Amino acid sequence: MRQIFLAGLALLAACLISPERSLAQGAKIQPILQDHQALIVKSSRKTIGPAIDAVASSGLPQAQAVLEVWAAKNMWQRKEDGLFFIGEKIDSKTYLLTDFDSGAVVGEFAKKDLKQLKPNSGIRALIGTALVQFQLSDPDIEARKAALLSIERDPEASLLAPLRASIEGEPDAALKTQKQRLERLLTIGYDTDEAARLTAISDMSGDLGVDVRATLNPLLTTTREVATGTVPDGVNVAQVLQPGEGAFDTITAYDLLANKGLAPARVTSDDIRLALGAHIEGGSVGGVSIAQLNTEAARLKAYAALAAEKTVPAYVGGDAIEAAVKAHVFFDVYVEPSKAVTDAAAKALKDIELKVGLNQTLDLTLDALSLASIYFLAAIGLAITFGVMGVINMAHGEFIMMGAYTGYVVQQIIPDHTVSIIVAIPTAFAVTFAAGVAMERLVIRWLQARPLETLLATFGISIALQQLAKNIFGTQARPLTAPGWLDGAWVMNDVVSISYIRIAIFLLALIFLGVFLYIMKRTRLGLETRAVTQNPRMAASMGINPDKVNMLTFGLGSGIAGIAGVAIGLFAKVTSELGSDYIVQSFMTVVVGGVGNIWGTLAGAAMIGFLQKGIEWMNPSNTLAAQTYMIIFIIIFIQFRPRGIIALKGRAAGD
Amino acid sequence: MQRSFIAKNPSVLVFLAILALFTLLVTVMSEGFGVGGISTSFIKTLGKTLCLCLIALAMDVIWGYTGILSLGHFAFFGLGGYMIGMWLMYERTRLIVVDSLAQAEIPPTDGEVINAIGNQIFGVVGSSEFPVIWAFADSLVIQLILVVLVPGLLALVFGWLAFRSRVTGVYLSILTQAMTLALALYLFQNDSGLRGNNGLSGLQNLPGVTASQDFVSLWFFWASAAALGGGYVLCAWLVSGKFGSVLRAIRDNEARVRFLGYSVEMYKLVIFTLTACIAAIAGALYYPQAGIINPAEIAPIASIYLAVWVAIGGRGRLYGAVIGAAFVSLLSTWFTGGQAPNINLGFYTIKWVDWWLVLLGLSFVLVTLFAPKGIGGLIDLYTERRSPSRHGADLGPNDGALREQEASQ
Repeated sequence: MRQIFLAGLALLAACLISPERSLAQGAKIQPILQDHQALIVKSSRKTIGPAIDAVASSGLPQAQAVLEVWAAKNMWQRKEDGLFFIGEKIDSKTYLLTDFDSGAVVGEFAKKDLKQLKPNSGIRALIGTALVQFQLSDPDIEARKAALLSIERDPEASLLAPLRASIEGEPDAALKTQKQRLERLLTIGYDTDEAARLTAISDMSGDLGVDVRATLNPLLTTTREVATGTVPDGVNVAQVLQPGEGAFDTITAYDLLANKGLAPARVTSDDIRLALGAHIEGGSVGGVSIAQLNTEAARLKAYAALAAEKTVPAYVGGDAIEAAVKAHVFFDVYVEPSKAVTDAAAKALKDIELKVGLNQTLDLTLDALSLASIYFLAAIGLAITFGVMGVINMAHGEFIMMGAYTGYVVQQIIPDHTVSIIVAIPTAFAVTFAAGVAMERLVIRWLQARPLETLLATFGISIALQQLAKNIFGTQARPLTAPGWLDGAWVMNDVVSISYIRIAIFLLALIFLGVFLYIMKRTRLGLETRAVTQNPRMAASMGINPDKVNMLTFGLGSGIAGIAGVAIGLFAKVTSELGSDYIVQSFMTVVVGGVGNIWGTLAGAAMIGFLQKGIEWMNPSNTLAAQTYMIIFIIIFIQFRPRGIIALKGRAAGD
Repeated sequence: MQRSFIAKNPSVLVFLAILALFTLLVTVMSEGFGVGGISTSFIKTLGKTLCLCLIALAMDVIWGYTGILSLGHFAFFGLGGYMIGMWLMYERTRLIVVDSLAQAEIPPTDGEVINAIGNQIFGVVGSSEFPVIWAFADSLVIQLILVVLVPGLLALVFGWLAFRSRVTGVYLSILTQAMTLALALYLFQNDSGLRGNNGLSGLQNLPGVTASQDFVSLWFFWASAAALGGGYVLCAWLVSGKFGSVLRAIRDNEARVRFLGYSVEMYKLVIFTLTACIAAIAGALYYPQAGIINPAEIAPIASIYLAVWVAIGGRGRLYGAVIGAAFVSLLSTWFTGGQAPNINLGFYTIKWVDWWLVLLGLSFVLVTLFAPKGIGGLIDLYTERRSPSRHGADLGPNDGALREQEASQ
């Protein structure tokens, strides 16, 4: 096969270099077709190979057209002389025939004088493979890309040679690299030369691409074999199995024996039940009455009696199973016969595994960082209202939701996504600031020094707001679409990638941290807030209006929750439950981090984010379990640091 | 001279009398034993309401009297339901399986019966093995003990961890809420062994009982009424004696009680565990009437509603909790069941199905702000029980023994 292809390629190359000359020589494809007329007309997948090879390797420029016409079922044979032509339908009974070699119209013929060649799908696939060599060197770059993609999707041994031949003449540098890479992969999988495969494996080891692993893994597929006595020579043994160790227990081993015909099949309890049912005679089976057959022991006894009469196969007892398994040796054999190749592939995979592991850790860290920044965003408003002011606001989650819905509404009015996000952020801040101020004035102010009642009243508001959102926006999720430039992801390699939205949220969290620190440490409001928190009466006697400060601070915390809502809405669906999904985690973040300290909130968010991703990594299928274990961990963590990671000391701690 | 328990708590007699009268009335009006004025489904609703009143009692003791706003008691309620549900489901499936296997030519072995039951119950989560936690599901007695034991143990461990590290006030509330959330999320998993979000179903059918639901619902109604009556007496007895005094003292000023030499943590732990057990019993009676239990029932919001009921009914008085739970949950059924008439405002029709929660939330805020005594406060007007005359503003039951100046420090 390979020789034929190489020969064909040589011819093809010659023809590519000087097409005029071959035309000048007047080489025709019709004689080649005529040589294989019988095969072509027979149209069987098994025997068609030489015909296609002959056409493909003819080196003639017409070859591609012939193959394409053939695959498209447009090739017709004239019955009188057996010549092949391109057929074009004129009407239901008349066809226009064109010659392959000259391209000249031969004339119109009646359908009854012609025979259409209808290659079945198997033959069309073979023709397609033969066409690849032409497509790989097609002048149109799109056609070359498509051909390469089809090889990637469906690699085959026969594609290796045309691919190799096309690399040299590839003008596009990027496509050339891609071709070279694919050539290496195909070499690993299909080359007949062992040395070439080993070189290719060592070339590709350490590459993170999924395709490399997809090429190497099949090399290591094994089949489970069994032999009497010792492992036979001349097979590439992956491992020798000890029955009873790990997942390979004695029963599995025996079933393998039975499958290979080396031992009688095991009689299962189901078999016994069916056999007994089939041999009921006058209310008893094998001398045991039916009513007594409700224990395994009685059934075995009845079955043994049946087996003694030779009506059913003999029962294979535990001892017989043991003995049969002992007498054989079980081992896994690589499908790939060459030990050098499997060893190299295993080593390369191990190297890749290690590299993938490192990169996965990096990816996980990025994921955790982004989750931490989401928690930080959700919690930073709480860090102000709960952490600094000591007010429990259970409706905080609903402020987040309100911000997200504000973003949605703004997007309905302003269709441009970039502008609408820029407008939505201050609008969301304004809306939730107003809501926060209203809530502080109407409810929270009257419940000072009664924290549990504040908690309850804000619960009531939370319930009402959630239902209100449901009434206005319905229960289905509303989309808040990110601007186009935030679509996509920053891809470092096949393993590590992070979406731009998450990077944006991370940056937003950093900005918020800066804003918070600036307001608290550098502005008049921050100073007054800290004064009022520490000692409201003393602050009041210094000329600060505590009511006003509390109101503004609460508004600020709520406003930040609104902006967080816009950010969260960008990657999560906006529903009325959006806030309540985050509220417990947000409180956890603040409590774990330490109340009254923004750095504590940051540490808390980081800890919860990393912890959750870490647990998810250990049990990737189950994010619910991750949250459960994380909450349990936090409950235990609070045992050891009841005041959080960063605890305030001295007067600032209150109490 | 020591006055008798009844003399100190005349409300207990009144409550029991009203409860007995109500039970009698419902029985007479029922379809099973009486004239049929009340439908069976409504009897189930009433029976469920009685169970909710019982857990509200527990909530009142832990919150109204001890000052611990637990947002986890519905988790214990649900766990109790799960424990009894396991037996109900196992036994019912066993009867069905034995029935169908009896059709086979050969009688089934015990192993085959158990496998078939496992297939029936866990087929829906793609498994057929019995998880370890179902080890005792075949025994009613053990499962009944577990109804109290499992939630009690959870409360004991959680309470010990929480109280030992002196987590109090809102922190404790948030922590209990987190515990509830963790439990609910855990149960939502398919491999939790309790059928994931499918929950346990078909609990309304008592295995081996052929009587119609008309009668079964009444049996459960009576059991719920008896449990509520018993629970009320127990709670009233608990809070009226010395133990109750210490509880109220802890509510009003934990530090002082500790300095007086009481082991505050132990008192809290005992009352937390005890109320958890009461909640679990209420749950074990509730879910056979509801017919189905799934993890969504345990979600934190349920415990919050529990607090809402108690607050609206009136904290710090047992009958207040019962009134609140009965009033709000029945009203809620009425509104969300679509029975309340819609109000047409001309430009907009208020559908109560949609607006009931808004109304509930806002009225809850109003109650917290303006009527901290809740509906129970109305009874004070009748009995002319007055709050002690204090200087300064009234602080509500939580900081009841503090004056304003003390409380705000």
